[in-house]
Amino acid sequence: MENDTIAAIATAMGESSIAIIRVSGSDALTCVDHIYQGKNKLTTVLSHTVHYGHILDPDTKEKIDEVLVTVMLAPRTFTRENVVEISCHGGLIAVEQTLGALLKTGVRLAEPGEFTKRAFLNGRIDLSQAEAVIDLIRAKTDKAAKVAIRQSEGKLSTHIRALRNDIVETLAHLAVNVDYPEYDADILTSQYVVERCQAINQELERLLLTARQGKILREGIATAIIGRPNVGKSSLMNALTQENKAIVTDIPGTTRDVIEEYVNVRGIPLKLLDTAGIRETEDIVEQIGVQRSEEALRSADLVLLMLNHSEKLQTEDIRLLEKIKGFPTIIVINKLDLPKRIDYEEIRQRSGGKQIIPLSVKTEEGLSLLEEAIKVMFFAGQVDMNDQTYVSNARHIQLLEQAKQNILDVMSGVEQGVPLDMAEIDMKNAWQALGEVIGEAVAEDLIDQIFSQFCLGK
Amino acid sequence: MSYQASSFDVIVIGAGHAGCESALAAARMGCKTLLLTLSLDTIAYMPCNPSIGGPAKGHVVREIDALGGEMGKNIDKTHIQMRMLNTGKGPAVYALRAQADKVLYQREMKKVLEEEPNLTLHQNMVEQLIIEDGVCKGVITRTGAKYLSKTVVLTTGTYLRGKIIIGDLQYESGPNNQQPSIHLAHHLQELGFDMVRFKTGTPPRINSRTIDTTKMEIQPGDEEPRAFSFETKEYITDQLPCWLTYTNEKTHQYIQDNLHRAPMYSGKIEGRGPRYCPSIEDKIVRFADKNRHQIFIEPEGRETLEMYVQGLSTSLPEDVQQDILRTIDGLEKAQMVRTGYAIEYDAIVPTQLWPSLETKLVPGLFTAGQINGTSGYEEAAAQGIMAGINAARKVQEQEPVILDRSEAYIGVLIDDLVTKGTNEPYRLLTSRAEYRLLLRHDNADLRLTDKGYAIGLIKEDRYQRFIAKREAIETEIERLRRTKLTPNAEIQAQLAELGTPDLNNVMELANLIKRPELSYQDITKLSPSPNELSDEEMEQVEIQLKYEGYIQKSLQQVDKMKRMEGKRIPQWVDYTAISGLSSEAREKLQQVQPVSLGQASRISGVNPADISILMIYIEQGGRTA
Ligand SMILES: Cc1cc2nc3c(=O)[nH]c(=O)nc-3n(C[C@H](O)[C@H](O)[C@H](O)COP(=O)(O)OP(=O)(O)OC[C@H]3O[C@@H](n4cnc5c(N)ncnc54)[C@H](O)[C@@H]3O)c2cc1C
Ligand SMILES: Nc1nc2c(ncn2[C@@H]2O[C@H](COP(=O)(O)OP(=O)(O)OP(=O)(O)O)[C@@H](O)[C@H]2O)c(=O)[nH]1
Ligand SMILES: [Mg+2]
Repeated sequence: MENDTIAAIATAMGESSIAIIRVSGSDALTCVDHIYQGKNKLTTVLSHTVHYGHILDPDTKEKIDEVLVTVMLAPRTFTRENVVEISCHGGLIAVEQTLGALLKTGVRLAEPGEFTKRAFLNGRIDLSQAEAVIDLIRAKTDKAAKVAIRQSEGKLSTHIRALRNDIVETLAHLAVNVDYPEYDADILTSQYVVERCQAINQELERLLLTARQGKILREGIATAIIGRPNVGKSSLMNALTQENKAIVTDIPGTTRDVIEEYVNVRGIPLKLLDTAGIRETEDIVEQIGVQRSEEALRSADLVLLMLNHSEKLQTEDIRLLEKIKGFPTIIVINKLDLPKRIDYEEIRQRSGGKQIIPLSVKTEEGLSLLEEAIKVMFFAGQVDMNDQTYVSNARHIQLLEQAKQNILDVMSGVEQGVPLDMAEIDMKNAWQALGEVIGEAVAEDLIDQIFSQFCLGK
Repeated sequence: MSYQASSFDVIVIGAGHAGCESALAAARMGCKTLLLTLSLDTIAYMPCNPSIGGPAKGHVVREIDALGGEMGKNIDKTHIQMRMLNTGKGPAVYALRAQADKVLYQREMKKVLEEEPNLTLHQNMVEQLIIEDGVCKGVITRTGAKYLSKTVVLTTGTYLRGKIIIGDLQYESGPNNQQPSIHLAHHLQELGFDMVRFKTGTPPRINSRTIDTTKMEIQPGDEEPRAFSFETKEYITDQLPCWLTYTNEKTHQYIQDNLHRAPMYSGKIEGRGPRYCPSIEDKIVRFADKNRHQIFIEPEGRETLEMYVQGLSTSLPEDVQQDILRTIDGLEKAQMVRTGYAIEYDAIVPTQLWPSLETKLVPGLFTAGQINGTSGYEEAAAQGIMAGINAARKVQEQEPVILDRSEAYIGVLIDDLVTKGTNEPYRLLTSRAEYRLLLRHDNADLRLTDKGYAIGLIKEDRYQRFIAKREAIETEIERLRRTKLTPNAEIQAQLAELGTPDLNNVMELANLIKRPELSYQDITKLSPSPNELSDEEMEQVEIQLKYEGYIQKSLQQVDKMKRMEGKRIPQWVDYTAISGLSSEAREKLQQVQPVSLGQASRISGVNPADISILMIYIEQGGRTA
């Protein structure tokens, strides 16, 4: 099968914190060989065999991880292409780096659902799993979209938008020179295009530097603590972070806005979000806070819903139990040190059997159970933001690299005397790659730009 | 009051640019064809600029020609000048454009229609379609004639509920005061078609006796003879020039002062106009900082003194139009012989069509041309020939012919229409084609003649000439790949003479030609070809080798697309039953009913996950997903 080679994290972290990177495509073996050091070259081994070795950074030759590599040759594989699976042991960072190294060898990051797509296109799919696969695709894409949206509010996207703007102006100008040859716009010169490209290239390099430093990766699993006012959300946040960042009082409605904190819970990076207690309120400031909390809930990868052990379930609690349906959630019942007034059975029913952890932030009883529960959920793959976050990071890096290569191609083409309207093809590719980083639609923008930038027509 | 008239295989309604191609294609494919049109005096009429071709559009004319259509041949016979545009740029965007003699163009096309054996031409207004069991079976005219047929092609252009607007004045009319088509418009709506209201406009015309060309720049045709059609052997050498002048501060001030009388700004126009041909009032408002706009003065023909004022499209009141003309250099005394106007009309929302241009709603009914939301003669003709071909093939119980985006601009045009729809009159632009490097106008014949021949629209003798051309090109390319140049003193001297660096190693001629400073001619100086090649053949050899790298890149992208294009979506797919789809995707898919996964993936709002889910559903044979 002629097909470029793709890779992705195939599993959420396994129980034993092994992550598998799956590589598929005709060049899968040769590509992995570029970063793999073992007894034998993978291109020489038998199908369906497992090999021990190390992953090295192809540039620096530094060891990244100790791995087991499974080689499966076409056609007896899921995609009916050559498949290599790399089992990484070294945790999140190692997986991220291994994937990054792989992408340098010419492998492309798979799009959501792309393995399935290939399996289908190559005439093979496991029918019994079709439904599960659909759910997975849906979930992953929605997550990816969420990441894109989140990113689009950040700094990175501001830079990328500016870059795309630069490019699209040049593209529109070139298009006008082509489509309206008699129109009295200046004719773009090669020199101008090369200068434009140099500037764009510099900016891309700068962005790549920041991206490689892992700014985006550092995000962690967005974990929102929600609950009625005064149940102890801020207290839990402080307990987990071992800081007193959030203000804790016995006045309901203390927290007015979302507070973010990064913590490491049993090796898992969490971005904790302490939110304003959710309830109907007249206070404008608090209302805004409540709105933000609801947003935090919607963009969260994991929800910790907090209830009060010593109070009966209230209408607001019930509303929240409704809201969290469909989110990976742990129900935390706080103030275990106080007398019990809450009905566990009712919670179980209303939440559709979500996991319940009773604890007391005050006495720290049960706190470690919560930490363990988070970890288990993460490793069992129920929370799968983990790979999405850094995949999205790897993806961005790859797209930025690609855009950079495209821009370099424009320059070298133009310098070799290729007509601008041909070199433009590479420039358009750069523009599209950047569009993918921030999840922006591409097709019609250029045409819009042409007609807003130039006054054309009879 | 009605009577039963004769029966046909194919009926075409409207003899505009779309209708003419449709009717000719169907008749030439052996179908007994009837062409009904409002007036035999306006066959292939150009209501706006007297020109055919240009970037993307000129490519389309060549494609129509390669499929056996008429537009290229007709303009080759009837132009007043031709120019190759973009010659300073890459070969993918060279573009031929002709200024037409409008009257001659019409007369010539009428004659071709009249002479076509299988074709009956009749002047009449169609008011209704005959629909039986939801299938189109013929038409009924205003005079009560009931014509039966197996398929119908509707190409009524800007006539449906047409309304002309000039300042405060509004009246129901087709273009250039032709009769509008009112009944048919209502009939289509009753049948359940989704319609939109679009708008376009045209500038005033002036008498050339009353203009001063000494104040303008001359725009002559090319000296070198040019033609659109592969079949053209006689070239017109006696050409007429066009003229260029500019608007100025005075013009702009005058328009500003009279904006309140512009229907555009008083809200009298409801239709959506195209951005690429704004009226002059629109240009002045939207681009206020531009202190002049180009105005091209173009003859409408050899037998008339009427000149077209390109750049001055307007729906301002008549007196304002006259005064605007007077502010322009060289037009101070211009006599306005026709008033510019805007026209509003109904068009069909084109996502209601299959890629064959058959309507989804009424099997047997095809639509083509401006009625489908496009604008432009070439765009109309392109759809016309495809609709004609497919209407005929349906009669002959054959699969429709569908061109894909990597094959032809025609493919891009139709795919865009039926997949994405359009919210303004759609015009082709080179930037709409993702594989434009492959869709060059120089290789239109290489891309499509085989198809035209297989369809039955390219005659044997032409096909044989084409095969010979293709072989000559391939043989020569092969030779250049095989022939190696060894660096020796003689060769280096020759290279130096050609102004190119020495060779370091043995090199194939096919690689040497990639040096920007070398042309095919230069290469033959180093190593003459045993065969004699025509200019076009040499051009092909040069382009195909010189830009091989870029062409390869495009081909790889096409390969990827083709796989998705090859996955057909079966008829039984029920989008409501696929649970994993996002609701937006479901809605769009249901509306467009894409024929392949490739087409589905181009619908906005359908993301890769939806495509994967759809694949799985199809693979499962529709069992729950
Ligand atoms: C004022 C104006 C300005 C334009 N400006 C531009 C421009 O700037 N750039 C551009 O690219 N294009 C422009 N166009 C568009 C271009 O003229 C059309 O796109 C092209 O002519 C459409 O071809 P067609 O075959 O679809 O329709 P038309 O050429 O309009 O032909 C329609 C035919 O259908 C016939 N007909 C209509 N109703 C019936 C009926 N009920 N029964 C029988 N026959 C019927 C008519 O007689 C006519 O022959 C303009 C058009 C107009 C009217
Ligand atoms: N007895 C007992 N009190 C607790 C416990 N956890 C928190 N509290 C107390 O409950 C009160 C409210 O705690 P916060 O952490 O401010 O509650 P919150 O949910 O953030 O409240 P808002 O920000 O108002 O929504 C404080 O007085 C805490 O000291 C617990 O486990 N046991
Ligand atoms: Mg708080």
